Amino acid sequence: MPKTRIVLSFPPSLTEVPLTYHLVKEFDLAINILKAKITPGEEGKLVIELSNGSEANIQAGIQYIISQGVHVEPIGKEIVWNEAECIHCGACTAVCRSKALTIAAPDWQLSFDKEQCIVCESCVKACPMQIIQATF
Amino acid sequence: MKSYAEINEKIKQGKAVVVTAEEIIDLVQEKGYQKAAAEIDVVTTATFGPMCSSGAFLNFGHSDPPIRMSKVSLNNVPAYAGVAAVDAYIGATELSETQGFQYGGAHVIEDLISGKQVELKALSYGTDCYPRKEIHTYITLQDLNQAYLFNPRNVYQNYAAAVNSSSKTIYTYMGTLLPNFGNVTYSTSGELSPLLNDPYYRTIGIGTRIFLGGTVGYVAWEGTQHNPLQKRAENGVPLSSAGTLALIGNLKEMKRDFLRAALFDRYGVTMYVGVGIPIPILDEEMLRFTAISNREIQTTIVDYSVPERSKPNYGLVSYEQLRSGRVTVQGKSVPTAPLSSLYQARRIAAILKEWITLGQFTLTEPVQALPLENKLNSLEIHAKEASQHA
Repeated sequence: MPKTRIVLSFPPSLTEVPLTYHLVKEFDLAINILKAKITPGEEGKLVIELSNGSEANIQAGIQYIISQGVHVEPIGKEIVWNEAECIHCGACTAVCRSKALTIAAPDWQLSFDKEQCIVCESCVKACPMQIIQATF
Repeated sequence: MKSYAEINEKIKQGKAVVVTAEEIIDLVQEKGYQKAAAEIDVVTTATFGPMCSSGAFLNFGHSDPPIRMSKVSLNNVPAYAGVAAVDAYIGATELSETQGFQYGGAHVIEDLISGKQVELKALSYGTDCYPRKEIHTYITLQDLNQAYLFNPRNVYQNYAAAVNSSSKTIYTYMGTLLPNFGNVTYSTSGELSPLLNDPYYRTIGIGTRIFLGGTVGYVAWEGTQHNPLQKRAENGVPLSSAGTLALIGNLKEMKRDFLRAALFDRYGVTMYVGVGIPIPILDEEMLRFTAISNREIQTTIVDYSVPERSKPNYGLVSYEQLRSGRVTVQGKSVPTAPLSSLYQARRIAAILKEWITLGQFTLTEPVQALPLENKLNSLEIHAKEASQHA
């Protein structure tokens, strides 16, 4: 099942258009909102993951958003964990709400599941060793 | 009953039976207390957590002409120089004057043990015997005469778990605490932790030989804020932060693997310190102490959103519950996260076990026991008492 993560930036005039409703109804896509900053009358930012459709549906959905005047970019960043420098304390797991970073029995070594990561970057600052970075 | 001398004799002959404080738990289940106490000679304990109250004494040697250093910085991190001419103390949490939170005393110590050159700047007022007023040079750890870690407070015997009841994220030495009871952080190695395995300091005392930062170190004194009168459970284990240790060891022999600079976001710099302490199984009582498991060790959940000395608490939780990944606080299921590294603590306990098994590390009887009746004072703000006026 294809999945695409994109960053939407839309002008103040579009913050009140129900874009996600159309993506669901007309393109049959599942939309997972990863990050959102929307204030009426100001430029809005939305990071979403599109899934549950064919690649063609996803692309058609993206074209629809663009046609509405929204700027679309692929998610630019990814989280890079320098495992060799890690002391496996677990401090980063305290802020990882998506459960991409976990530490548990039996070995109590940190584990990073990129698939779960929503690139919120909370771990970057929470890592006491400063060995987690967000890179383009 | 076994004496220190008998246990050391077995160690020297390569016959000592040594297990870690985790391994002992299953062994006791299998053999029972009496048999296990007879068979096992030493239990190794360990911890690897953030310990702010750490630092190192350094002696730089004399320049020509010599200087009585009164202001010292290392990579622009101030070191305390209010001791003799070329002695200084670099504290782990001291911040860089140029890089702020990004670099501190702990980073200087880590750079030194990594073999890196460190920039030394010192000023002086100049004296007849020490005429130089300024020095600027680069040093490495091997250039120093003495470099020893002297940590005023390490190895806390238990520590409260932290939570945040407010509506804002807070940034603390217990990590980033999410609003509305969003997470719980905790910071001990539980059943593997040194002072949780010797709750009344029967074998861990002044002079005890230990693993410190990858080499041999010693317990120098009770740690600052040593609080043996903390409320204890029936099994003797304190229910919140209690005893502490002051530790000393040769920085020149330490390894970066077991001594790491750290930054807690919007709080500051600290240092992760690796400590391993052997506990001799002198009798069945010591075995019972070391056989304690996470289920039998509890700590208090404290609300860090209240910026006062006495913070509200939400009752007790066991380390078994904390290690399970979720605990219930005020009726809400909250995810937990550790701050001290159990993975590293296990490595240290295993290394210490190997040193003893191979006959390279013998045990020491404390020169003096740690106090059991030490009241913890607070700092009160008041005017000077009349009787003190000149």
